[in-house]
Amino acid sequence: MPQYSEKVMEHFRNPHNVGEIENPDGVGHVGNPVCGDIMEMYIKVKDNVIVDAKFKTFGCGAAIATSSMMTDLVKGKTIEEALQISNRAVVEALDGLPAIKLHCSVLAEDALKGAINDYLKKTTGKGLPNWKPHED
Amino acid sequence: MEKAYFDYAATTPTHPEVVTAMLPYFEEKFGNPSSIHGFGRETKAAIQDARLKVADLLGADQAEIVFTGSGTESDNFALEGVAFSREKEGRHIISTPIEHHAILETLKFLEKRGFKVTYLPVDQYGMVNPEDIKKYVNDETILVSVMHANNEIGTIEPLAEISKVIRELNINRENRIYLHTDAVQTVGQIPVNVNELGVDLLSLSAHKFYGPKGVGALYIRKGTKLVSFMHGGEQERGRRASTENVPGIVGLGKACEIAKKELPVWTTELTRLRDKLKNGLFAKISDIELNGHPTLRLPKNLDVSIQYVEGESMLLSLDMEGIAVSTGSACSSGSLEPSHVMLAIGKTHEQAHGSIRFSLGRLTTEKEIDYVLEVFPPIVERLRKMSPLYKGVK
Repeated sequence: MPQYSEKVMEHFRNPHNVGEIENPDGVGHVGNPVCGDIMEMYIKVKDNVIVDAKFKTFGCGAAIATSSMMTDLVKGKTIEEALQISNRAVVEALDGLPAIKLHCSVLAEDALKGAINDYLKKTTGKGLPNWKPHED
Repeated sequence: MEKAYFDYAATTPTHPEVVTAMLPYFEEKFGNPSSIHGFGRETKAAIQDARLKVADLLGADQAEIVFTGSGTESDNFALEGVAFSREKEGRHIISTPIEHHAILETLKFLEKRGFKVTYLPVDQYGMVNPEDIKKYVNDETILVSVMHANNEIGTIEPLAEISKVIRELNINRENRIYLHTDAVQTVGQIPVNVNELGVDLLSLSAHKFYGPKGVGALYIRKGTKLVSFMHGGEQERGRRASTENVPGIVGLGKACEIAKKELPVWTTELTRLRDKLKNGLFAKISDIELNGHPTLRLPKNLDVSIQYVEGESMLLSLDMEGIAVSTGSACSSGSLEPSHVMLAIGKTHEQAHGSIRFSLGRLTTEKEIDYVLEVFPPIVERLRKMSPLYKGVK
């Protein structure tokens, strides 16, 4: 049983931005039951800026905390800025994750990119170049 | 914050009478049992007394008990000891896919050294069919190892029937098949008698039934061939060299003595409390199912899978309320694979990831059960609201 940082526990205890957005501009759906984590991320975009983000996650403490942190980090960012947010940034913002849980942060990055990909497809007809989620 | 411990299958608090029995053997009675002088004779006698108590609980002869450092050591000792002493007679072992890692990893170690292992199929409750042994046995078979009860799902295996099958097979064999059982989850918790079970070897661990950590025993039926586990002294009749862990062994003896007396009370009371917890959870939580056999199971064990939520997040949420449980989800195991037991009994990955084990013990109270029943359903509700799998489920 890995030890989580206080920050992770804080986000697990009171996750931010839980839920779905009605008529979202983009949805990312990643993970699968085999690995034990499934994330859905919803974004609302206005003038190229992510004005709202929400998530639903089936998974461990780290999966819930990284989803919560990721939705916090993207709010107010432009699409270009949001694409620069890596899984490392999420891990750092959470004061670290146990090594075995790092894949949860990758999943959070994939969920966001999935949502942006969906948004771009809807608005420009073209998704993110060469984008596909990481293999578990 | 209230605290409620529901992880007795992991370990138990040492019984106060066990602690009292152990204490003199640290400062006052510290002699090396191998010494001929009075200090040594005193601790040698204490070990002998403990040996009689362990033998008494198991219905064994005292000469058949060897003290070890843990249940894991006993398992390693039994499997390797038989394999290496009998490899000229045959190199085939039969076991099950739901054994503890102490067995599974030792079998893997033996497989790398040329032994062949067959894993018996188990049904949806984790139960083996004794008749299957006849199908998988061959001329090379020297050992069958089946756990007495499973640590995760609590199912009790039909060992007496298994030993009956093996006895029949042995009538026409030159190389007798031995039967070993990992009884770490049953000794001191349900009646265990080596002759009723018909086993040749049996592993046990003290800390699972109110004894201290760091001490176990291996029952070795008279005439059973196995090589020594440790070399370097004549302790334990040369089978397990090492200066004895005298306080630990005394503690194990005391734990056996207490268990023999208290077992019937513990069994009745734990079954009652466990069933209360089960009925309460099933009434308050939807889409919940029992893992393991509905009746042939350890009285202390309640293992359930709760749909749409993941085990570690339930465990952490319960921990925040002071409640200690365990899960078969990958996410708490340090690996990405969920419990091998859950997968072996045919559960899906979702079910395996959503499993929670409550294990009760002699200090579990009615109040603690009520506390879980009050706190746990809202936790499940909260996590389900967060779960993308729960969408549309009402």
